Amino acid sequence: MSVGEARPHEAAALHVTGRALYTDDLALRAPGVLHAHPVQAPHAHARITRLDPLPAYAIPGVVRVLTAADVPGANDSGTKHDEPLFPDEVMFHGQSVAWVLGETLEAARLGAAAVDVGYEPLPSLVTIADAVDADSFQGARPTMVRGDVEAGFAASARVFEGVTSFAGQEHFYLETHASFAQVDDDGQVNVSSSTQHPTETQEIVAHVLGLASHQVTVQCVRMGGGFGGKEMQPHGYAAVAALGATLTGRPVRVRLTRQQDMTMSGKRHGFHATWKVGFDDDGRLQALEATLTSDGGWSLDLSEPVLSRALCHVDNAYWIPHVRVAGRIARTHTTSQTAFRGFGGPQGMLVIEDVLGRCAPVLGLAPEELRRRNFYVEGQATPYGQPVRHPERLDRAWQQVLDTGEYAVRRKEIERHNAGDPHRKRGLAITPVKFGISFNFTSFNQAGALVHVYKDGSVLINHGGTEMGQGLHTKMLQVAATALGLPIERVRLAPTRTDKVPNTSATAASSGADLNGAAVKDACAQILARIVPVRARLGTDAPWEDVVRAAYLDRIQLWAAGFYRTEGLSWDATTMTGTPFKYFAYGVAAAEVEVDGFTGAYEVRRVDIVHDVGDSLSPLVDLGQIEGGFVQGVGWLTLEDLRWDDSEGPHRGRLATQSASTYKLPSLSELPADLRVALLERATEDGVVYGSKAVGEPPLMLAFSVREALRDAVGAFGTPGTSVELASPATPEAVWWAIESVRR
Amino acid sequence: MSTDPAAGPGAAVTVNGAARALVGAQPPVTALDWLRGIGFTGAKEGCAEGECGACAVLLARPSLDGSSDTPTEWTAVNACLVPAAALAGQEVVTAEGLGTPDALHPVQHELAVRGGSQCGYCTPGFVCSMAAEFYRPGREAFDHHALSGNLCRCTGYRPIVEAAEALGAPAVGDPLASRTTTPPPSAPPHSVPGWVRPAGLDEALALLGEPGAVAVAGATDLGVEANLRGSRPRLLVAVDRLEELRTTSVDDGVVEIGAALSLSEVERRLAGRIPLLDEVFPQFASRLIRNGATIGGNLGTGSPIGDLPPALLALDAELVLVGPAGERTVPLTTFFTGYRRSVRQPGELIARIRVPLPLATTTAFHKIAKRRFDDISSVAAAFALDLADGVVVRAAIGLGGVAATPVRATAAEQALLGAAWTPEGIAPAVRALATAGTPIDDHRASAAYRAAMLGQSLPRLLAESAVTR
Repeated sequence: MSVGEARPHEAAALHVTGRALYTDDLALRAPGVLHAHPVQAPHAHARITRLDPLPAYAIPGVVRVLTAADVPGANDSGTKHDEPLFPDEVMFHGQSVAWVLGETLEAARLGAAAVDVGYEPLPSLVTIADAVDADSFQGARPTMVRGDVEAGFAASARVFEGVTSFAGQEHFYLETHASFAQVDDDGQVNVSSSTQHPTETQEIVAHVLGLASHQVTVQCVRMGGGFGGKEMQPHGYAAVAALGATLTGRPVRVRLTRQQDMTMSGKRHGFHATWKVGFDDDGRLQALEATLTSDGGWSLDLSEPVLSRALCHVDNAYWIPHVRVAGRIARTHTTSQTAFRGFGGPQGMLVIEDVLGRCAPVLGLAPEELRRRNFYVEGQATPYGQPVRHPERLDRAWQQVLDTGEYAVRRKEIERHNAGDPHRKRGLAITPVKFGISFNFTSFNQAGALVHVYKDGSVLINHGGTEMGQGLHTKMLQVAATALGLPIERVRLAPTRTDKVPNTSATAASSGADLNGAAVKDACAQILARIVPVRARLGTDAPWEDVVRAAYLDRIQLWAAGFYRTEGLSWDATTMTGTPFKYFAYGVAAAEVEVDGFTGAYEVRRVDIVHDVGDSLSPLVDLGQIEGGFVQGVGWLTLEDLRWDDSEGPHRGRLATQSASTYKLPSLSELPADLRVALLERATEDGVVYGSKAVGEPPLMLAFSVREALRDAVGAFGTPGTSVELASPATPEAVWWAIESVRR
Repeated sequence: MSTDPAAGPGAAVTVNGAARALVGAQPPVTALDWLRGIGFTGAKEGCAEGECGACAVLLARPSLDGSSDTPTEWTAVNACLVPAAALAGQEVVTAEGLGTPDALHPVQHELAVRGGSQCGYCTPGFVCSMAAEFYRPGREAFDHHALSGNLCRCTGYRPIVEAAEALGAPAVGDPLASRTTTPPPSAPPHSVPGWVRPAGLDEALALLGEPGAVAVAGATDLGVEANLRGSRPRLLVAVDRLEELRTTSVDDGVVEIGAALSLSEVERRLAGRIPLLDEVFPQFASRLIRNGATIGGNLGTGSPIGDLPPALLALDAELVLVGPAGERTVPLTTFFTGYRRSVRQPGELIARIRVPLPLATTTAFHKIAKRRFDDISSVAAAFALDLADGVVVRAAIGLGGVAATPVRATAAEQALLGAAWTPEGIAPAVRALATAGTPIDDHRASAAYRAAMLGQSLPRLLAESAVTR
């Protein structure tokens, strides 16, 4: 039995030997490939008054300059028709206004520097506050309402108001955006792209080139990380490569440098939230009123569904009888913010966790008690009206972390330590995660697969999902092997291509294994059903190879297209109500930190996690997703620091932390000294492939435990009962200022 | 690509055991570009500035501690920073050369089976960094700092660390282990347009006297300038293998350190002789960078936020400069003249760093940064104090990140001399230190935080020295 077996990543041996090929590795193997370099605008907002490519052609090795005049189809790289591929108005610092193709990357770079562009700078909005002041918003402005918040506040014993604002996050997939395009003899445009959404990349390439979808094939061999950053953002780069290949007849590669990637591609949305919350005498939430404003950047991209998910997760794990939460998307002159692991969920949840973390001391309750007291129980529904199924799983996970993490014992040890050390204080916190699984937009919850059984009995599978390191292909191999009852060695998987499985949804929303796994399983089931008579004839002990051979001779179709759609979903985006999620994934983490009072520097001493993945399809893969998501979340909340120049100086709107030396993501030094992860037991999820649950995004939010533990430790420098405000990211400097504010 | 007309004898590289012609290797082509161009695409470009380690490869280098038992050491470096031309005559091993999917190297095996790779893009670099540590002579435990220059965005590092800790010793007959017992490849004179490895110091100095010539050793700074900012010096003069710049000596009065020794070599050769530097080394960038970056380069580049200058200032170090007219000795306190400027003349090189003995007995290096491994200081302070009967009798404090150059905190030093080593006694020095220099606001830290950290540093030293006592 393969499903449930702990297996290494299916490409692990290729990874470790350097033989795994990524998009740009393919490009370097193409003779005569041209290299592309963008012309990036040095203004946050400007009108382009002149764009003269001629000087670039004086650079030896420059082959072609691509401008708006070259576009045969639509000059647009998005799905909302608000992202011109070659703009006439610069909307953010670093936006590409033209691309240069060269025989070498150096020639293309020098050519790009030589393109003569005139700019007329225009006033710019760099921060959410700028946009709010200028009333600059874009897209829908949804409000989620349940009950009567005014009545809720009137019935509350304590009411608090506050502001919570927090930064976005750069994806920093190790592989930057990459595309590679070739045109074949018949004009078929073949694009390899590091994309989570091959179908949409195909559609954008087609509409830029003025072609039908069947004239464009997009392949994704694998990605060197995606995290949502390659859900909608790769399309423009693929279109540039395809346009270049079409115009020159030569293969074209686009691979962004890290700085280009960081200054051009979208990020996790930073948010600003104002809130008012009411509690009864026992600390039970009565009402929440909030306005969430996200920084969408210059264009809409995925900002609307990100905001929807933020609103749908502002409750996290807590029953709040009366809710009114409004959302809006600021339009600023920065990169167009996009999907990032959690997709707004983390931002919504951060608001309520910040509220509880700040209010607990004032309510005179331990934060863990305040949180626990407000958990959903069976029979309650979310503010958007979806019943919360299996809330007892959260209780179990919570109790398991308290027990195996020796929470009470360590709380006492920490109190003892803190009493004896004036300079270093420890903190401890436990936080829950409840995360809805499925695309909010119901139509996206479908998937296809193609399973071939060859005459020798070997099996090749294709599915619509993409591999970005999350182990989807590993799981799909396990699903196919299990469904067919074969050793996994008999099954191979071919790269994701739009000419194999069409009309796919993005590999996103943690749904890759749920959707594609069910589609693979469906295809396998079709084939097995067709060979039932052969098996009946040959006997149940007949070897698979004999059965397949006999089935072929009987003229039985030995391949099948599988399909799946998630049933029972509904969502009304205008009323913000429905049942958008198939189920909820749960998790609990407890973190212990130690903070240095001289500097604000800290270390994470221990983390205990219990996470619900249903019946794990692939435990080693799931463990990797939990740990990796957690550490990535810790990076967002404590370390990673997007700084935009919001001065009125000449670099206004420029991303100041635009490279690995200035934007620090977690390194080995951020790994908790002691990290213990367990999968929740007795967690079968009915109606999902082999009882499993999605795992990609939910663990990121386990990192709230670290932020809350830092808050706890900071509080230990002050007098008990003091509310601690902590900036996000909680860098050492931010922690130090928080300590200073409680020490006074 | 046409054959390089300047490629003379020695223009070959051994890659994964096979000789390859070093063609098309003039700047700005990096070792990474060149390797990927000939099909070794395992090494990746993740950042092009030596921060992520996805490009790490192994080079056969002279043993870092100068050992004669194992004269060669597999040293992991960032291929994105090394000029391709510097590979002339060298031996390179990439992840492809360590093992195959059917015959994994022990490092590869441990990473693969433990879930140490997810997307796999950083993995070849981790493999090389880990292999260098695997082959480190005399290794007892796995030093986690060997992986401090590699970033992984997927795993959260736990399985990578476990893979490292599961490693045993190289098997008997392991070819790369055997290679360490024979002499390393020499660095023969070689030149391509824009890059030259001179035959000796005299030729180097002559070349450096020409306009537009720049000395290069590990290229950990110049490589970043080239990759990220398009810097294209007219001529790079490789000085990293000049034997005159690669000696160390200790006598009764002074420790001398050759300027062209890498930080890793300095660390291993001093072997704990200067405790203050031992505090700096693990906080100085990453192992991958320390394997390339030289002590002379860190001083010569003149950055106000370099990690070594504050420590060497506190150690009262002197620099020996060598030029066409011979040698001269300059105290480090007068070496820096402005932002990335110094008294070093064109055509001069830093030859040696001299640290006078005896060393102060209470020393500490306080580096303030966002991340614990591999980050750049927002502010750094190095202390070298002597105490007698609870009174400070010698005080030297070096600061980084508070002015256009690294500086000594002279007012605080004066206030400390003769002061009691107590909170009350150091109070005047704390006040002096808190107002030292002119810290700036930038993306690393606010000016207020930088100033506050200066103010905290002496009380912290007092508290921490009390704990150690």
